[in-house]
Amino acid sequence: MARKLLLEHINVPGINKFDVYRQKGGYRAVEKALKTLTPDEVVEEVKKSGLRGRGGAGFPTGMKWSFLAKPEGVARYLVCNADESEPGTFKDRYLMTHIPHALIEGMIVSSFALGANTSYIYVRGEMMPQIRILEKAIAEAKNAGFLGKNILGTGYDLELYVQPGGGAYICGEETALLESLEGKRGNPRIKPPFPAIAGLYGCPTVVNNVESIAATVPIINDGGDEYAKIGIGRSTGTKLISASGNLVRPGVYEIDLGLPVEEFIYSDEYCGGIANGKRLKATVAGGSSVPILPANLTLKLANGEPRLMSYESLSEGGFATGSMMGSGGFIAFDEDQCIVRNTWNFSRFYHHESCGQCSPCREGTGWMEKVLHRIEYGHGKMSDIDLLVDVSKKIEGNTICPLGDAAAWPVASAIRHFRDEFEWHVKEPIKCLDTNYGLANYAEPIAKAEVTTGN
Amino acid sequence: MLKVEEQQPVEFSSALKEKFDEIISRYPKGKQKSALLPMLHEVQAELGWLSPNAMDKVAAYLDIQSIEVYEVASFYSMYFLKPQGKYMLEVCRTGPCCLVGAEKLMNHIEQNLGVKEGEVTSDGLFSWRGVECLAACGYGPVLQIGPEYTFYENLNEQKVDELIQDLRKK
Repeated sequence: MARKLLLEHINVPGINKFDVYRQKGGYRAVEKALKTLTPDEVVEEVKKSGLRGRGGAGFPTGMKWSFLAKPEGVARYLVCNADESEPGTFKDRYLMTHIPHALIEGMIVSSFALGANTSYIYVRGEMMPQIRILEKAIAEAKNAGFLGKNILGTGYDLELYVQPGGGAYICGEETALLESLEGKRGNPRIKPPFPAIAGLYGCPTVVNNVESIAATVPIINDGGDEYAKIGIGRSTGTKLISASGNLVRPGVYEIDLGLPVEEFIYSDEYCGGIANGKRLKATVAGGSSVPILPANLTLKLANGEPRLMSYESLSEGGFATGSMMGSGGFIAFDEDQCIVRNTWNFSRFYHHESCGQCSPCREGTGWMEKVLHRIEYGHGKMSDIDLLVDVSKKIEGNTICPLGDAAAWPVASAIRHFRDEFEWHVKEPIKCLDTNYGLANYAEPIAKAEVTTGN
Repeated sequence: MLKVEEQQPVEFSSALKEKFDEIISRYPKGKQKSALLPMLHEVQAELGWLSPNAMDKVAAYLDIQSIEVYEVASFYSMYFLKPQGKYMLEVCRTGPCCLVGAEKLMNHIEQNLGVKEGEVTSDGLFSWRGVECLAACGYGPVLQIGPEYTFYENLNEQKVDELIQDLRKK
């Protein structure tokens, strides 16, 4: 059984309350950081840990922190990105629901490291129950002297607030999130300047994902070097993976980075295999924005070596035969799922969520949705398939924020790996309405993967 | 829940104003516009939707232009710009939930309630709509009901029927 850093005490009754969390060793990281370390030393530990942003981009957190401008007399802000909206991702909801003090503790440690005296947790508005949980946890922590003025007598002040969003995927993009926090529409800003120079209210700001911030707690407790021992290569530490789709046991799992994908899907310790005894057709490994992979490329790299759950291994092979770690939203499709329908569904999502600022994204996402809809419903033409590729290429890289790329990649990758299924929809406009292409039509049906049991 | 008609004048209760002031105190001086999104949630929880009069009042309270409120309220999907049923059933319609039967569930809700997506039942109790990913993909299909966004997970047709029946009795 792998060591749990974030979810170690998740099953302790009452762990969502301050007293129980404290009994289990909670808030030790705050004591250690504030009483024995300087802010720069905290940043140094996080750098040593090799922690990479858990929200999707995978940028080293310590390096991001070290970019923060520190002009004299100007406030600095830490904003936690809890606008979890990437289809397939629900780890932050899980963490905030069950162990909210892990996030609060991480916020205190991280705010101290950055010299922020006011910090915000931007939670998507739909997570109202989690907002209430966090507000309660903050009140408890304040009551115990871990928030407010002169924390633990160290002279450090910190106020922590929860900000609800209004329901917009785009606000997970850090500059859109800052716009939203300022009470505006969530339109991403042109960078530079980066938030580290001019972020919230024009002040230097760091925006970090919930899981990244919570991970600073074990990093400070055990030291960055200890944290870096877990994992593989430049993918250090543990990662929360949200598993969904046609799995026996979907849910949130904390894994050591470097776990073989096959073990994650089939072992009883994790997802327990594909539901209803069916076979795996495809996976989306890191949330809807990353390229979809057929089952064979999910389990093995193009050279036949096993694929691992790590930033490097998941992206091995580039977009030709690889995908991305993303936010760790692992979606599994069984043999009866229709790739065209799912691609259309994701396209509709991006069309709905495009902020409308950049024409390639505003127009392109709607166009792709429309074309995919007609292919799925038996009105497609062969030329539509290349049209989709063409539109996706013209969105990719031509927008202010990565939503354009995120909309283009699922379409391009679905056609790259499942072109025959798109063509079948065009050739069989009646049949495709009530049957799915399945696995049976593949030249080489994907063999039922061998079940490996946990270590 | 208070029913507010399109042109009906809106007065905020003193309890609501107290809440507004607490929210505004979270931000630096002069940055009170940051309070807009949380305030709109509070107003919608009380009135059931955001009428133009209510939005104008919010603008006046924050000392900003009305258009600054309209553009925000129309951008975000959680704010209702027309009256809804007392219970708005919001069903996740994005990929992972569809893999486990969200589309079938929406058809079932439409049949059970007898109204199309976005419409209100004649008794004013229910409306429903498909919404994009609610970040609960492992527990799908899911739906939520405002204003506290109570969450219902691992749904099937029978569970939804029971839920609707329970809400009717309330």
